[in-house]
Amino acid sequence: MIDTLRLTAKEANALLTGGELSSDELFAAYRAAIDERDPDLNCFLHVCDESPGAGIPIALKDVIGTKGIPTTAGSKILEGYLPVYDATVTERCQARGLRTIGKTNMDEFAMGSSTENSAFGPTRNPWDPSRVPGGSSGGSTAAVAAGLAPWALGSDTGGSVKQPAALCGVVGLRPTYGTVSRYGIIAFASSLDQVGPVTKTVADCAFLYSVIAGRDPCDTTTVDLPHPVEIPEAEDLRGLRVGVPRELNEAEGIEPGVTESVQAAIELCRELGAEVGECELPRSVEYGLPCYYLIAPSEASSNLARYDGVRFGLRVSPDGIRAMYEETRDEGFGDEPKRRIMLGTYALSAGYYEAYYGQAQKVRTVIRQEFAAALERFDVLVSPTSPTVAFPLGAKTENPLAMYLSDVLAIPPNMAGLPGLSIPCGLSEGLPVGLQLIGPQFSENVLFRAGHALEQALAFDVVPPRLA
Amino acid sequence: MAITRAEVLHVARLARLALTEEEIARFQEQLSAILEAVGKVDELDLSGVEPTAHPLELSNVWGADEPRPSIDVEEALANAPDREGSYFRVPPA
Amino acid sequence: MTWEPVIGCEIHVHLKTQTKMFCRCATGFGAPENSSTCPVCLAHPGVLPVPNERAIEWTIKLGLALGCDIAPRAVFHRKNYFYPDNPKGYQISQYDEPLCMSGSFLLPGVGGDTEIGIVRAHLEEDAAKNVHMGGGEGRIHGADRTLVDFNRAGMPLVEIVTQPHLRSSEQTKRFLQLLRQTVRELGISDAEMQEGSMRFDVNVSVRPEGSDELRTRTELKNINSFNFAAQGIEREIQRQIAIYEGGGEVVQETLHFVPGQEHAAPLRSKEEAQDYRYLPEPDLVPIEPPAEMVEQARAELGELPSARIRRLETELDFGLAEGLVTSGRDGLYERTPGDRRAVANVVMNELAAAGLDPTEVNGEELGKLVEARDRIPREAFMKALGASGDGDFKAEDYLGEAVIADESELDPVIERILAANDENVAAYRAGKQGLLGFFVGQVMKETGGKADPKVVNTRLRELLDRS
Ligand SMILES: [Mg+2]
Ligand SMILES: [Zn+2]
Repeated sequence: MIDTLRLTAKEANALLTGGELSSDELFAAYRAAIDERDPDLNCFLHVCDESPGAGIPIALKDVIGTKGIPTTAGSKILEGYLPVYDATVTERCQARGLRTIGKTNMDEFAMGSSTENSAFGPTRNPWDPSRVPGGSSGGSTAAVAAGLAPWALGSDTGGSVKQPAALCGVVGLRPTYGTVSRYGIIAFASSLDQVGPVTKTVADCAFLYSVIAGRDPCDTTTVDLPHPVEIPEAEDLRGLRVGVPRELNEAEGIEPGVTESVQAAIELCRELGAEVGECELPRSVEYGLPCYYLIAPSEASSNLARYDGVRFGLRVSPDGIRAMYEETRDEGFGDEPKRRIMLGTYALSAGYYEAYYGQAQKVRTVIRQEFAAALERFDVLVSPTSPTVAFPLGAKTENPLAMYLSDVLAIPPNMAGLPGLSIPCGLSEGLPVGLQLIGPQFSENVLFRAGHALEQALAFDVVPPRLA
Repeated sequence: MAITRAEVLHVARLARLALTEEEIARFQEQLSAILEAVGKVDELDLSGVEPTAHPLELSNVWGADEPRPSIDVEEALANAPDREGSYFRVPPA
Repeated sequence: MTWEPVIGCEIHVHLKTQTKMFCRCATGFGAPENSSTCPVCLAHPGVLPVPNERAIEWTIKLGLALGCDIAPRAVFHRKNYFYPDNPKGYQISQYDEPLCMSGSFLLPGVGGDTEIGIVRAHLEEDAAKNVHMGGGEGRIHGADRTLVDFNRAGMPLVEIVTQPHLRSSEQTKRFLQLLRQTVRELGISDAEMQEGSMRFDVNVSVRPEGSDELRTRTELKNINSFNFAAQGIEREIQRQIAIYEGGGEVVQETLHFVPGQEHAAPLRSKEEAQDYRYLPEPDLVPIEPPAEMVEQARAELGELPSARIRRLETELDFGLAEGLVTSGRDGLYERTPGDRRAVANVVMNELAAAGLDPTEVNGEELGKLVEARDRIPREAFMKALGASGDGDFKAEDYLGEAVIADESELDPVIERILAANDENVAAYRAGKQGLLGFFVGQVMKETGGKADPKVVNTRLRELLDRS
């Protein structure tokens, strides 16, 4: 019997290339793990019984289009929808032999930070099933943490890979905007959406990033990587300048246990030879979240207009076209998408555009400039990924604003299109704490190098004790 | 930055959402709180600042005018909630 | 009081690219419904638009022909609204940063040129086609279901918006005709009204002559022929004048015409306050037209139709010059030597009546035909003209054997000859039958040898034997 709990993607692949195991046997092992553990966790919305390819399995967030395999984005409005085409990242994974093992649970249309906004029930955190896995890619991060897939893809608009990776104790990358194709990814907020790897190790993360990254003619906002992805090997941080932005590390609401783990990791950076210094992001943290909650809902209100019951998905059909739209959308969308559609529609409507959307786009410029200035002095900026560890289910569902604050530290670099890597850096109250590493655009190799060196030194055990 | 009930109704109409009475009341309250928080961006004087529509400064990305196969009509209609022949069918517009 | 109409137009023109604006489905008229669709133009979840490079080039070319400034930076926006023919729930269009702005279109007229200001020309995508079923044929009202065909969804469309610089229905019609011809000559659109590849909306208001106020306007939508436009505008002008003269106020409204039902009264609707919630299309990056692209387009322009009307007017009258140019016949006219007026008339009238494509006619050979037009039988002329579109047409093949066999043409000649030779007529009738040859000879001489001797013989006998 294969212990999928500990197996990294690299190790799983080595089993195949070494001839110790067939691809089918490996697939079956993960299928067995899913059958055993997923009833309690609800990581998957759809599990594949078979899947083409000769390589290792991969789990895909249900926002990623898979031809002929149900793809719902966690929404009732897409229940039963079967894509007629594959997302570019799906194709790229398949081209490398990766086998789709299933589609993972998520907050509906990627809107949420706990995976409780799924129309198909919440996912539970493998470290403590009474707690959330974070979100919106909580299904992907919980699946990797629970050994239900060697790795997975998630998507990150305002922290949706980084934050659940932190809460589940796995590695998550939000790539530089424009390096991974969005073609076939169910859109939430187009100027922010980005697909990212969820893995057990930084090396796996770098490898999976190399599989999915690069210009796609179907997505005109993508570019080729300026340099090839390097699988990290360095064990030290010599020559690296690490910046500690005060506002990202001292924001209100950061739990003491989180600060403690992150401080220890920063200390470790020094020990590994990095030059560590403080810096400021005066307005990025304070205005990042408001900026995000104007831009993302505005784009979402437009992106979600296509769910109208005409060509696919749910239709509630009373008399007349207008009633069909209104009833279909009222019944098909859950609370959070409705809230954001309302917010975005309001922010874009006549008389409000300049004060809201227009102003938020200017704030985005300010945030870009602040990060650019800090990243002139430092190669990498570090902070907690999430202000808290995994919180109990239901703790924030009644208070949208409290939920939104879960991403207060993950959002600011996203607004500037910067890459962010979250690695587990310790435990607080027995739950994983995530360290966020931020770099300039296209600096993934630097993040991988730093993340890998820290990972080796931290020797964090990614297996939740209760499953071990 | 409170949003009125009338505005909630207006926005719901624009967004084609048939809200229930309970939703109208709840959204009015929640949206008011959220708008209060996000309205913070208006505090900043950014008169000379250019907006950022896009994190990367790209321009002129396009495709050549060369046809590629369309999908099969049956595939186009495969997910249709209702159809008539090869048309999508909806209630009278 | 004298009233002055104030008219502006919005013209939508389909570009005849091979593929749609944002996907690579083939464009084309008349494909089976929903057969030219893909996930992108059906707006499936996750799809992204990829702009059509040629559509951008052609819009720039059109902008240059309209005297517009080509924007250094153009941005696509989303125009949000719900309708079954709008699959994404937004149309990708251009808003405050269009490709072409501030142009001026020269409309020649009898009394001189008029400059019609062009506010903008921008690129966008077309909607799908809704077919309303049940109720009246294809009418929205009373329909019990709507069927949607997405073949047209996403076709590239240029929208041209004019200043309200037009002053009569007749002038508007002439403007639209010349604009259509300009677009066709640029090679960017068929601009066929029947196929919907050119459509226009017209805004109409009136004001007291001499004033520069802008009064409430009404919008005429879905007009699909030039004559219909002129009639509709004229009717609207008269209606508004009557309202003002009766002490009333014109109400802002839209008059929808039902295509194909030119005599049906338009459907009126109050203009609903729209809120399109424009936002810059985040799935696309800006267009910054490269200098080479603009220069290439400029180099391809050639002499524009309005300039050609002015040039041809110096050798013809204005009406003929304008007619030739707006019908696309002036090229043949210019290739055809001979008397200008005679050539213009043949090219404009007879050739059109013969249903020939003027671009396929050899001007040199046509010139020979025009020259012989009055000398040869009408029948022979028309026969030769009908063949003039053939690649190897030679006028002499037809002129050589051209014979006058038409009695209606021969009779006047014969009658003239009989009248001038009454002595010989009397002699013939008195029994000198041999004089028939004399009369035949006279007719042949008169017709330059082109008369059909058999017909001449028969007619001469009939006429001489009659009395
Ligand atoms: Mg338009
Ligand atoms: Zn298409």
